[in-house]
Amino acid sequence: MSIAESKGVDTIQTPAVTDSSPTTDREIEMSTQDVSVWFGKRKVLEGVSIDFPKRSVTALIGPSGCGKSTFIRTLNRLHELIPGAALAGSVMYEGKDIYDRDVDPVQIRLKIGMVFQKPNPFPSMTIRGNVLAGLKLSGMKRSNHDDIVEETLRAAGLWNEVKDRLGAAAGELSGGQAQRLVIARALAVQPHVLLMDEPCSALDPASTLKIEETIRDLSKDVTIIIVTHNMQQAVRVSDRTAFFLAAENEPGHVVEQGLTTEIFGNPQDQRTLDYVNGRFG
Amino acid sequence: MSLADPEIRDLKAAATSHRGDRVFNRIITVAAFTALAVLAGIAVFLGLQTIPAFQSQGLSFITTTAWDINTDPPTAGIWGMLYGSVLLAVIGLVIAIPASLLLSIFTVFLAPRKLAAGLTNLIDLMAAIPSVILGLWAFYILNPTAEEWQRLLNQYLGWIPIFQNASGNFLGTPFIAGFVLAIMMIPIITSVSREVLARTPPELINASESLGSSLWTMLRYVALPYGRGGIVGGIMLGLGRALGETIAVFFVLKIVFEVNWYQIIESGGGSVATLIVSRFGEVSGEFELSLLLAAGFFLFVLTLVVNVIANLIVARTGRLQK
Ligand SMILES: Nc1ncnc2c1ncn2[C@@H]1O[C@H](COP(=O)(O)OP(=O)(O)OP(=O)(O)O)[C@@H](O)[C@H]1O
Ligand SMILES: [Mg+2]
Repeated sequence: MSIAESKGVDTIQTPAVTDSSPTTDREIEMSTQDVSVWFGKRKVLEGVSIDFPKRSVTALIGPSGCGKSTFIRTLNRLHELIPGAALAGSVMYEGKDIYDRDVDPVQIRLKIGMVFQKPNPFPSMTIRGNVLAGLKLSGMKRSNHDDIVEETLRAAGLWNEVKDRLGAAAGELSGGQAQRLVIARALAVQPHVLLMDEPCSALDPASTLKIEETIRDLSKDVTIIIVTHNMQQAVRVSDRTAFFLAAENEPGHVVEQGLTTEIFGNPQDQRTLDYVNGRFG
Repeated sequence: MSLADPEIRDLKAAATSHRGDRVFNRIITVAAFTALAVLAGIAVFLGLQTIPAFQSQGLSFITTTAWDINTDPPTAGIWGMLYGSVLLAVIGLVIAIPASLLLSIFTVFLAPRKLAAGLTNLIDLMAAIPSVILGLWAFYILNPTAEEWQRLLNQYLGWIPIFQNASGNFLGTPFIAGFVLAIMMIPIITSVSREVLARTPPELINASESLGSSLWTMLRYVALPYGRGGIVGGIMLGLGRALGETIAVFFVLKIVFEVNWYQIIESGGGSVATLIVSRFGEVSGEFELSLLLAAGFFLFVLTLVVNVIANLIVARTGRLQK
């Protein structure tokens, strides 16, 4: 994979991630400390503290409405754009709290990319235009646009399907293709962290597998945080898992977190055990 | 032996096989054609009036500029008026488009909610001001101030041809008239653009933000291209109003039967609609009346032509961003 080369990231080969690898020993890329979140007066998350080791995949799981999307949006400062949104606690990235006054949110969003639940390519742009959109939007300078387009589309597993119609409207793509286009778009600005909010919920099993492969590939260079409702997917792609839960009319919190193998194989909390085995509610 | 091509099924017929739909479709179709018929009726009525004008003046009715009805033979030509209508509209648009876009961007993306609501109401109210009131306001209040601005423009930018003024008279200029038109267009264009921009899908704004956009780049690459069609529609509405505006222009523009090509702060200009209203009350007879109706016909044609050209320009520039 050439993404690493083009990024100029030192490609110290991290040991291939196997379930037994001691992920906890890795350097921490990003972490949250005691994060609580409000929409207006309503508190929807309470005291979330999670470490995200460098170049690992962390799955966030939990029932609908427990605050996973909200949490992931606090990690690249998208949360604050919602009127009435408030936050307590800190989100550390590169040794700094990203909510500090002197931090430029635009720089944060560039380094911490995001893929949303609903595929959202820009309809007024071509396929190629979409891949390169981040460069325009952020004013980032990168040469060799053709290479970037091919590289990122390959990484997102879309290249073969669109290589002959890069000039076509992005609106022509199927939902699954659009989602892979959006992943390519996020990769083109070379993020260090990629947030994915249920990226496969609109996809068929084949595209899902493709994206999971992509995630595994990407995690050699990029730290990935993925929300998923699909337990098998969490097991297949993630090194670590955090289980979120919200009791009725209570803010959501993390019940249990750790190595994915532990969370699924030997959970400490009864609620985790029930959830990962599909016995819930 | 080859297989016959499969028969292509008629999907249109199937789509209207619901009886309620069929009835409704007919009603709508009839209504639409009625509107078209009325439009065609107006065109034919006005078109017939052009016959006497052309019989006496020939093609020079639209290629020359004159209005000497009582001479023998009378000469009349409205080129300067047609051109003037377009010039005023262009001046108006040059002022109104940026102002409206800034206003709508401010209300949608920047203003606190209460201020945005207040601004929205205010601008919608502005659209309801009758043009005669605007004309009076322009005559009594705008004129003296605008005279000053134009003097300054002439003093400092007089080396640019459009800001030349030889007569020293800064009243009755195309600039003032165009400015009044801008004031009439701004509420229309702003309202439409505001509605369009406010409907930018949040997921596109989210996508843009997560790619590190600033407000400016988000607008430029996402929101404005997305709302382009609607915004252009708003501009066309405003343009239609500007081309046909009569009374407000009547108060502030000195009609002269010479073509003022580009000296926008020089006294004197043209406007078909204003020509008609200024002569209508004192027509010298049947003949002049038919000349005025003919002028009306060409205003109608001009509006159509401008719309078609504008649409072509829009269609050409509406390509996908690569
Ligand atoms: N913009 C908002 N304004 C107010 N409340 C919100 C907003 N967005 C989310 N919430 C509330 O915050 C809570 C958490 O929502 P969130 O979208 O984070 O859940 P989730 O875990 O992602 O659920 P799902 O799995 O269904 O996507 C919910 O109760 C929701 O109603
Ligand atoms: Mg969600």
